[in-house]
Amino acid sequence: MPIPTPFHDRTASLCTSHRWTDWAGYCAVCSYNLPNDSEYYALRHAAGLIDISPLFKYEVTGPDAAAFLSRIMTKNIEDIPGGRAVYCCWCDDFGKIIDDGTVFRLDKDRLRVHTAEPMLAWFKQFKRGFNVTLEDMTAKIAAVAIQGPTSRKILRQITDVDLDALAYYRVLTVQLDKLPVLISRTGYTGDLGYEIWVENAAALPLWDALMSAGKPYLLQPVGLDVLDIARIEAGLMLNGVEFHNAAHCLVELQKSTPFELGLGWTVDLEREPFCGQRALSAEQAAGSRFAFVGLELDWDEQQALYAKHGLPVQFNRGAWRSGVPVYNNDGSRQIGKATSGTWSPIVKKNLALASVETRYAQNGTVLKIEYTVEYRRETVSAVVAPMPFYNPEHKKT
Amino acid sequence: MSQVTQIAQPFNSHIPTESYDAIVVGGGHNGLVCAAYLAKAGKKVLVLESRHILGGAAASDEIFPGFTFSVYSYVVSLFRPHIVRELDLTRHGYQVIPLECTFTPFPDGESMTRCGDPEATRREIARFSPTDAEVAPRFSLAMTQMASFIKHLIDSPAPDLTALRISEVAKLLGLGRRFKALADGGKYVFTKLMTMSAVEFLNLWFESDRLVGPMSVSGIIGTFLGVRSPGTAYVLLHHYMGEIDGAFRSWGFSKGGTGGVSLACARAARSFGADIRTQAAVEKIILRAGKAAGVVVRGGHEIKSKTVISAVDAHQTFFKMIGAQHLDADFVQQLKRFKYRGSSAKVNLAVDRLPDFGCKPGDGPHLRGDITIAPGVEYLEKAYDDAKYGNFSERPFLDIVIPSLTDPTVAPPGKHVISIFVQYAPYHLKEGPEQWPAKREALGDTVVDTLAEYCPDIKDSILHRQVVTPWDLEQDVGLTEGNIFQGELSLEQLGPFRPVSGWSRYQTPIDHLWMCGSCVHPGGGIMGAPGELAAKTLLKSS
Ligand SMILES: Cc1cc2nc3c(=O)[nH]c(=O)nc-3n(C[C@H](O)[C@H](O)[C@H](O)COP(=O)(O)OP(=O)(O)OC[C@H]3O[C@@H](n4cnc5c(N)ncnc54)[C@H](O)[C@@H]3O)c2cc1C
Repeated sequence: MPIPTPFHDRTASLCTSHRWTDWAGYCAVCSYNLPNDSEYYALRHAAGLIDISPLFKYEVTGPDAAAFLSRIMTKNIEDIPGGRAVYCCWCDDFGKIIDDGTVFRLDKDRLRVHTAEPMLAWFKQFKRGFNVTLEDMTAKIAAVAIQGPTSRKILRQITDVDLDALAYYRVLTVQLDKLPVLISRTGYTGDLGYEIWVENAAALPLWDALMSAGKPYLLQPVGLDVLDIARIEAGLMLNGVEFHNAAHCLVELQKSTPFELGLGWTVDLEREPFCGQRALSAEQAAGSRFAFVGLELDWDEQQALYAKHGLPVQFNRGAWRSGVPVYNNDGSRQIGKATSGTWSPIVKKNLALASVETRYAQNGTVLKIEYTVEYRRETVSAVVAPMPFYNPEHKKT
Repeated sequence: MSQVTQIAQPFNSHIPTESYDAIVVGGGHNGLVCAAYLAKAGKKVLVLESRHILGGAAASDEIFPGFTFSVYSYVVSLFRPHIVRELDLTRHGYQVIPLECTFTPFPDGESMTRCGDPEATRREIARFSPTDAEVAPRFSLAMTQMASFIKHLIDSPAPDLTALRISEVAKLLGLGRRFKALADGGKYVFTKLMTMSAVEFLNLWFESDRLVGPMSVSGIIGTFLGVRSPGTAYVLLHHYMGEIDGAFRSWGFSKGGTGGVSLACARAARSFGADIRTQAAVEKIILRAGKAAGVVVRGGHEIKSKTVISAVDAHQTFFKMIGAQHLDADFVQQLKRFKYRGSSAKVNLAVDRLPDFGCKPGDGPHLRGDITIAPGVEYLEKAYDDAKYGNFSERPFLDIVIPSLTDPTVAPPGKHVISIFVQYAPYHLKEGPEQWPAKREALGDTVVDTLAEYCPDIKDSILHRQVVTPWDLEQDVGLTEGNIFQGELSLEQLGPFRPVSGWSRYQTPIDHLWMCGSCVHPGGGIMGAPGELAAKTLLKSS
């Protein structure tokens, strides 16, 4: 049975829809309201507050902390200066992905890692020879994301720190309304936003401070359903949907590599040994079989499929992650799979995240994707498009 | 303002001397859409807008420091989704945020809130009529069916009834086929729609006046008709056929005000190479051997063009810019019969706090949508009675929105803009339309007093008030007699009859002079369709 997060007292009273889900053993709100459109628009035009406490959080301390994580991660963590965050992933010996997440270098000897799945045991395997301590902080630290164009203005109301100096992917310890917190310019929405990490005891005062400072800036609590739309618009993948932890896979087919997932940019190959290095070097030399792409579905063809039944186009509310086949242009051969997708109210297109054979991954390539209308399986054209699909200027400025 | 200057230059900053393939007269959203399509097709296009801002009746302006008003039109729904795709408008800043709710306060302390949660809405209506509560979703379905039937009509030029060309007959037959394909219930509904008044039509479904009153107002918006006037049922449909992301009948806020839509169209037009100028009032359309050949801009500058496309209404175009002497007498007669008789006004408020409705106190979703002061059919009929005798309604119908609760860019934090659409405020006051400036603030007071009956503290919260009368619409935006749709949207002025029967297909009796504003098919509203269809028809013809 899922347990409450440190914000539960507040989220429960706001969750008028009573729609909850289990996120890593915690109760998490799917949507506060019914319907939840206002949550989506708050996120994109004002700001949304999302309880992300269920993320797994590990603190790595000691003189070898960065070296230790470099041994695990595809990215060279030793290169990262204090006060910075990075997004990266980590693999098994065969270069198959285990999980992805963010690493914060709080200072030289102290780092935090945030993961989608429990990783204590995985990380511990690499401890031998490193002077580090590894602590699971998951149950001790609460976290909220405040995301959207007005998020910075809201935080300014409750801190004296110059937030303009907190650039994209930076972290800082600050006082928010006199509460000591760690704040990172990170998020899962592809917009301007922050994640705030706080001791459990200060969770509710923090929530209250944010909500009251946020009111004039139209801040709304936002559930996971809307977050799922936003992350697809941002082209961000999800463990368990776009990829599966190799350690849980029964067969090779279910595993994937960072290169296949478009995460090549997080792989630093030329350095001290790290887990999966040899396999990843070989893959880089030989080329990858699959590539991660964004797809935009052809509107006219969707419309035509509905018109066959005398129907106007039906819009699915919210994101799907049921997974559908992707075919080559003439539909004669399956060349990949779309793992999740959504109608994007802001881009005004039906979008999908997909894994396709590499030679079909060029932007502009037209493929076919399965599309069901009135219980009939059909296909429509889908063009490989650059990601993120939605990429506002204010994300990084 | 600064946004406008990036897209358009004042005319005098650098007077155009070249000649153009097309000059669009009027930088309302339809003129801009038309210009975008023409420029996209490679035409050399110039848009001339008389005001300092773009958008015409779909314009945003910072009337009071820190507060951006959607000065005239205030919600978006009808804008054609395929125009958004074809002109890539999302890339140019087109963003529409759907309204959550419809809230109707009543004078007896009751209220009704209809929202996107169907069960909550059913419970709410059932407080007044359990049958109506069950019927409401059926009504929605019927209207969705009608909207998808009619969608085809608004997305193509009107069938030309005078020219019995094969293609026209086919078009009518196409419609006939679609009509046949409508379920039997659908045919019945459509026939009723074409003949009845809004109230009669709604009474086929609903018994409660509390529902019929507020729902019937969509049938009179922008017309000088009452909710019991025949033909108003069809106008209901015109307001129901809009869609946002496939949800018919949903209305939304354009980010930054309705001017945001116009600016997105302008940016698209710019991206395709159109030249857009503000403060460029066209005084005359130049005729050479009876054909349009360019325009004269205030100050006397002549600009040559192969085609002139007017995005202003028919009255302004033909009587002000061409002159009746150049037109066939019958055409002139028909133009004169085209009804404007504006009946709507707008009051925009900047306030320092949210209104607090006595019947539903505090903040809530009910403030985030449409707030309708139309408590019943009799109230609306009384409001119409005042107008019939040349007065503005003592207690008018008000359609109120507070976009600053959804869009943080239009008001300073914690403060709000309240947009109030008002009917009836007849252009033809009994003292004469020119008396409107003297009556402007009296109308403003009446509107605020009406609202104050439901939220008494509203008066103390007002930081600034802007009142836009039909007279102002005519003076400032060039809308003849202040008609918000460039001519009444009544059944006999739609489709093949708009603005003049035989001339509904964007061409005019003057060669090389075209029309692309709301005064042509499919009519008014922030829709883009007249601009698009005019451009496409023109491109096909050349
Ligand atoms: C008060 C009000 C409320 C409304 N509310 C809504 C609403 O909520 N939703 C909705 O969908 N619709 C609404 N409408 C209707 C809608 O705004 C209009 O139908 C639509 O904006 C018209 O666009 P257009 O481009 O056809 O014409 P216009 O917007 O009328 O554009 C004509 C342009 O031509 C310019 N012009 C005039 N004369 C000259 C000249 N001589 N030389 C150069 N330029 C000239 C004008 O300044 C103007 O910019 C409303 C209208 C009004 C007035």
